[in-house]
Amino acid sequence: MSDDRHRSSVWSRFAGRIEIKWRGRRRGRLSPWLWLLPALLFVSVFLIYPVIATVRLSFMNANSTSYVGFNNYTYIFTNRTTQDVLLNNVLWIVLFTLLTVGLGLLFAILTGRVRYEAVAKAVIFIPMAISFVAASVIWKFMYSYAPQGFTQIGLVNEVATKVGLQPQAWLVQQAVPYTNHVLPTPFHTNNVAIILVGVWMWTGFAMVVLSAGLKGISTEVLEAARVDGATEWQAVRRIIIPMLTPTIALVVTTLVIQALKIFDVVWVMTSGNFNTDVIATMMYKEMFNYQDFGKAGALAVILFLAILPIMFISIRRVRFQGGG
Amino acid sequence: MAAVPEASGIRPILLKILARLRRFFSRLPLHVILIVIALLWLTPTVGLLVSSFRPSTEVSTTGWWTAFQTPFKFTLDNYSSVISQNGMGRSFLNSLIISIPGTVIPILVASFAGFAFAWMKFPGRNILFIFLVALIVVPIQATLIPVLRLFADTHLVGTFPGIWLAHTAYGLPFAIFLLTSFFGTLPKELLESAYLDGASNMRVFFRLILPLSVPAIASLAIFQFLWVWNDLLVALVYLQVPSKAPMTLTINNLVSSFGTQWQLLTAAAFISMILPLIVFFALQRYFVEGITAGAVKG
Repeated sequence: MSDDRHRSSVWSRFAGRIEIKWRGRRRGRLSPWLWLLPALLFVSVFLIYPVIATVRLSFMNANSTSYVGFNNYTYIFTNRTTQDVLLNNVLWIVLFTLLTVGLGLLFAILTGRVRYEAVAKAVIFIPMAISFVAASVIWKFMYSYAPQGFTQIGLVNEVATKVGLQPQAWLVQQAVPYTNHVLPTPFHTNNVAIILVGVWMWTGFAMVVLSAGLKGISTEVLEAARVDGATEWQAVRRIIIPMLTPTIALVVTTLVIQALKIFDVVWVMTSGNFNTDVIATMMYKEMFNYQDFGKAGALAVILFLAILPIMFISIRRVRFQGGG
Repeated sequence: MAAVPEASGIRPILLKILARLRRFFSRLPLHVILIVIALLWLTPTVGLLVSSFRPSTEVSTTGWWTAFQTPFKFTLDNYSSVISQNGMGRSFLNSLIISIPGTVIPILVASFAGFAFAWMKFPGRNILFIFLVALIVVPIQATLIPVLRLFADTHLVGTFPGIWLAHTAYGLPFAIFLLTSFFGTLPKELLESAYLDGASNMRVFFRLILPLSVPAIASLAIFQFLWVWNDLLVALVYLQVPSKAPMTLTINNLVSSFGTQWQLLTAAAFISMILPLIVFFALQRYFVEGITAGAVKG
């Protein structure tokens, strides 16, 4: 399997020599491991070891000098502030996923019916190209606030005042306006305002994946349904959605994982202030602001454990496709 | 009706026009909805772009949607000041210095591994492959503290090599999955005849596997490049030094210190968007493939 007549680079010569040493007994046995070596080193040092070390840290005190059992975990699940943080992630998972999948499906169906499909899709997909940081600047500007009677430079408040509503400090808002104290605390408008930025960015992804799935549904089935007198809504509900279920599941798992790990947009827009903290921003604060590596570790482990089952569902698709 | 002799008269033409009109009006709501959606999705970005070209006094006192009235007041000052005074010029370079090796190294390392997984037989191959790919589940957060300590011990905090290594590792599981799958679809006969002709593994890898895999590598490269280019968290934790900050980190700092100076923030944000937008419009197919395939990662 290893012929050395065509050694071209220094490295190939080096690799060849090692193989020559082994050729007598176990010809080529070493070769695959040489090709795998860099990857194995990287994942060992930067993924496997750190995860184990983080789990260990999560059972230790702030400066990692003694073990404290499950204290960090009980703190996170029983403390009011951290409970709100976890609830914020739940809100992200529910609202971000529902809106993104819903809008993605709607846009996939609508764009599939016009001749300018490619252009329409490109417009929706553009936000996927830019960073969450840039998107945060864009939307912080959209949401910017001036008290009533002053000129609004943020488009959202301009529209709000034009239709006769009070301007709102969307990112500072402590409770949903007009429904004071009816909703539980994490359901602040500022969370919803930030989640909408996520929806704006990720709808393009959902649309593209769902649109590819739609193209796989035979037009004959749809035509037959229409001939039988099905309305568009019935066609969508009875045929398109059931046939798209695997694709929708894939999109949902991806979005839920994104919602769990969300960091940048919250960090840039509010730094997690005004009750907008999520697990990832809280972890950063525990690390750098409070120097509590025990709680930071525990938050990271919670994040990991939350992602694990969801990823397991989506990774079952992975089948080994080796050719040799 | 079609068989009626007067088919050459004016009636069929009228009917045709009528049918077209009816079709147009019945589809009008669809077009209106789509146009509204497209405008809704574009407007925020347009607002950013317009504001970045307006003088600071205008941006802070009037809405950007009023900018299209005479007299036009547009300026390039915002760009020159963020680039020179607020370090966006330096940060643009830093983003390139971080992103190029942060793309090339993981793809090279992953393609070595992909070659072994797809074309060599060794004990434990499948289990090892599944294990490596399963590492996609590891959220970056679960690695931050130990890696930061490791970097502190080896003086890699705040250095480019440190962040290259980190991005390489974080990108590997997905890259190995994608490349192994693709390498596995390459024609077996071609590789076997190359080996029969006496080619070494090195030669097969560089002369056959890599050139034949350009489409997969292109999608992967675009995904990984944009991932690194748009990253904030990894840079925030490992880089820390302002002189080495990529644009995302600099913009984040600008937002904290110049929260309401929108003419500067919008210009800075737009500079960071230029390259991704060019990649998007120039390589749309690979772009969409890469982004959608890699979305699970993170």
